[in-house]
Amino acid sequence: MNDLRHHFRTPLMRSPFHPRVAAANVLNAWAPWAGVTTALNFGDVAMEHSAIRNSASLYDISPMIKYAIEGPEAAAYLDRLTLRRASGLPVGAVQYTAWCNDAGHVLDDGTLFRLGEDRFRLCCQERHLPWLQDSAIGFDLSIRDETEAIAGLSLQGPTSFAVLSAAGGADLAGLKPFRLAEVHLGPAGPVMVSRTGFTGDLGYEIWTTPDRALDLWDHLMAEGAPHRLRPVGTEALNIARIEAGFIIANMDFVCAEQVLRPDRARQPDEIGLGWMVDLDKGRFNGRNAIRAARAGDTLRWALVGLDIDGNVPAEGAELYLDGKKAVGQVTAAAWSPTTKRNLALAQIRRPWHRDAGDRLRAEIYALRELQYHKLMLPARIVDRPFSSPKRRRATPPGMF
Amino acid sequence: MPTPSFDAIIIGGGVNGLACAGRLAQAGQKVLVLDAADTPGGGALTGEFAPGYRVDGLAHLVTHLDTRMLAALKPERHGLDWAVDAMATTALSSDGGHLTLNGAYGEAVQGLEEAEAQRWTALRGRLLRHTEILRPLREITPPLPGKGGGKGNLLALGRAGLNLRRLGREEMQEFLRMILINVHDVVQEDLTDDRLRGLIAFDATLGAFLGPRSPNSLFLLWHRLSGDAGRIRWPRGGMGALATALAEAVRATGAELRCAARVDRVLSDGDRATGVRLESGEEIAARCVISTANPRTTFMDLLGARQIETGLVRRLTNIRMRGTAAKLHLALKGAPDFRGADLRHRLVIAPSSDAVENAFNHVKYGEFSPAPVMEITCPTAHDPGFAPDGHHVLSIVAQYAPYSPRGGWEAGRDALQAAILKQLEAHAPGIGELITAVELLTPADIAARHGLVGGSWHQGDLAVEQMLFMRPAVGIARYATPVPGLWLAGAGSHPGGGISGTAGWNAANEILGAA
Repeated sequence: MNDLRHHFRTPLMRSPFHPRVAAANVLNAWAPWAGVTTALNFGDVAMEHSAIRNSASLYDISPMIKYAIEGPEAAAYLDRLTLRRASGLPVGAVQYTAWCNDAGHVLDDGTLFRLGEDRFRLCCQERHLPWLQDSAIGFDLSIRDETEAIAGLSLQGPTSFAVLSAAGGADLAGLKPFRLAEVHLGPAGPVMVSRTGFTGDLGYEIWTTPDRALDLWDHLMAEGAPHRLRPVGTEALNIARIEAGFIIANMDFVCAEQVLRPDRARQPDEIGLGWMVDLDKGRFNGRNAIRAARAGDTLRWALVGLDIDGNVPAEGAELYLDGKKAVGQVTAAAWSPTTKRNLALAQIRRPWHRDAGDRLRAEIYALRELQYHKLMLPARIVDRPFSSPKRRRATPPGMF
Repeated sequence: MPTPSFDAIIIGGGVNGLACAGRLAQAGQKVLVLDAADTPGGGALTGEFAPGYRVDGLAHLVTHLDTRMLAALKPERHGLDWAVDAMATTALSSDGGHLTLNGAYGEAVQGLEEAEAQRWTALRGRLLRHTEILRPLREITPPLPGKGGGKGNLLALGRAGLNLRRLGREEMQEFLRMILINVHDVVQEDLTDDRLRGLIAFDATLGAFLGPRSPNSLFLLWHRLSGDAGRIRWPRGGMGALATALAEAVRATGAELRCAARVDRVLSDGDRATGVRLESGEEIAARCVISTANPRTTFMDLLGARQIETGLVRRLTNIRMRGTAAKLHLALKGAPDFRGADLRHRLVIAPSSDAVENAFNHVKYGEFSPAPVMEITCPTAHDPGFAPDGHHVLSIVAQYAPYSPRGGWEAGRDALQAAILKQLEAHAPGIGELITAVELLTPADIAARHGLVGGSWHQGDLAVEQMLFMRPAVGIARYATPVPGLWLAGAGSHPGGGISGTAGWNAANEILGAA
């Protein structure tokens, strides 16, 4: 993305969309993401979240780590690497997946795009090239970090298809969730569009090359204006993803390769990803350990959604059983404008993910004018996602 | 796969494979040993290297042979006989002032001043006492830190602990002080005679990618002494005869041995090892497959990296295998004269600890030593049948030579040979005139001949960080592997190689315990 010769002057790289993001980032609210400077918000988090749920939003996902995995044995390799059956993924489809070390501890989660019979793209939060390469010994394929070769925008919200249509993507009406297609978007040229996102709403991710990034931004913003399209930052997205119940590596769980304290690593079953584990597909990394943990009933944690009384976000709150016994921690929390509920994701010790009933309390320290107010608010375990509008899956999507 | 006709298939008919086979067969298992070579024995082999001249092809002395194996298999009933039961060592001096250690690692010495002899007696006593602490650990499955692992193992651990306690407070402190120290410091502190210092430094680093000043090098001396407490033996008929006797003893237990049967695949049903496929294409099923091949070769090549998980792949690829020893075989038309040294002794050229260190320096940079240190045996001094009448052979292990030198062995082998011969000439003037045939085995040749990756005789560097529960790697150090039905039993496993059979015997115990 940038000239690395001057890395000490610019410790954070800039996204291909940076000129437009910087111009709109009127409060200069920046935060690093995978070594790239990204916008936290563009001035009004509430309006940005509202755009995600009520009109359309544009979010720069270029910093996401992307690996090209290509070769005759790419599918077999991904079957061995990841928890799900990648070889069963049709060309043109996308899979949410995760991968583990030998101990069955999750290294990361991510999305796997099947671009061709022998061509995949794996997108994730953290960098894993050495692990991916060591896993590839004995397979006929190549792995390349293509993070900086691809720019991406996430177009999310009820009017996102209207924006896409206006921009030249009307042909994508038949595109189902977790499918992808190539399309020509006027002056932005050919792009790849996947019906994916991190908001739990109707939405698309649009992939192009860095040299055409600004054309894509300008084109979408121009065509999207009548549909109330606005750029959004990470803070608004975070609220949306909590509403959708999505987890983030190194926020809701610690990547196993970065764990310092050995008890912090988590198996898929312990972070709500147990459904991914395909024990019938043959050998894959972590299979034996996952199987043993299930058989020996040695799983210690679970990841749950919480509905907490009041309206004070429970960020970092400790969870107590009967107000006394510490049984877990909140990993992400927000007051949800969509559901009008105080939501949280939390890691909780088993078996309390099942047996806590109404005995849980969240210990929240609310800072009010330099003094903490300690709140012990009742918290109930509820199903995720907290919010899942029908428009998310409707095909063809609505023209709101 | 057909129904398994064997309980166990053992890949490799070296001493470890034979030990493992014998132990399992005596316990009633149906065992098949497969060896790629035409004769069993692995690194214990004797053969002709020039018409009429025979020599031990790789290992040429016995210092570690497992006593449990000898007691149970009784190879002496099948022809094992010791030509030398306690070989003396002579540290050669280029001026003829040799130093000779007799008995088990210098019980008595000749050629030392009185005061130095006393210092040596004290140091030797201490080394052997320290060795006693470690010896019980040889014969057990390496315990995992924080976990016990089997009643017999606990007993052995207790014995090691007891031996440590028995030393008394001061000696125990001394043991703990010395445990990770380098051998150079020890000989520098405790001895003054350079010949003796050189010999001890050489013995500690023989077969290792270490110099005397490398950390932990003393530990390898303990390791060496923990076998037969420093006793050196040589079988009548050479190492090949030992292998033959052992193979016969194993056959007598009911185990089946097949030679010229190279395994090219460990078969798996995706979950567990089910048998092997030979180079010929023949498939043989068994309830368990026991590999004495190099651990990396076993998993990455024979089983296939795809059959194991990535963490194990990483640990396997990180095992250090850096052989530094070359083997030189000389055919001589007369007896060499090492300035009066007794040819029946083990002859060592290592003039000082510094000389060993200097020789080691080169190998760090991908070069061989211009002044190598070496261990020489003369089989014909014990058994004239190894050469035509009046002729002799020498078997030489020379250090240090890298597995892949800069510039390659094509260009380097003549120069290495010349360097070794130059050292010999300095200690045995005129030896060059006697030479009628030479065979040089570089670490690369040894790797190619014996499947010893990196030319590492021990199938993985002997080093503290690759011992016990870290040998060959964490997670596969207790002979069992993450692949059910696949076991390790070779030199790459605890306690390492050196014609001992201990790893094979330990593995068999573990397999029987699991059965």
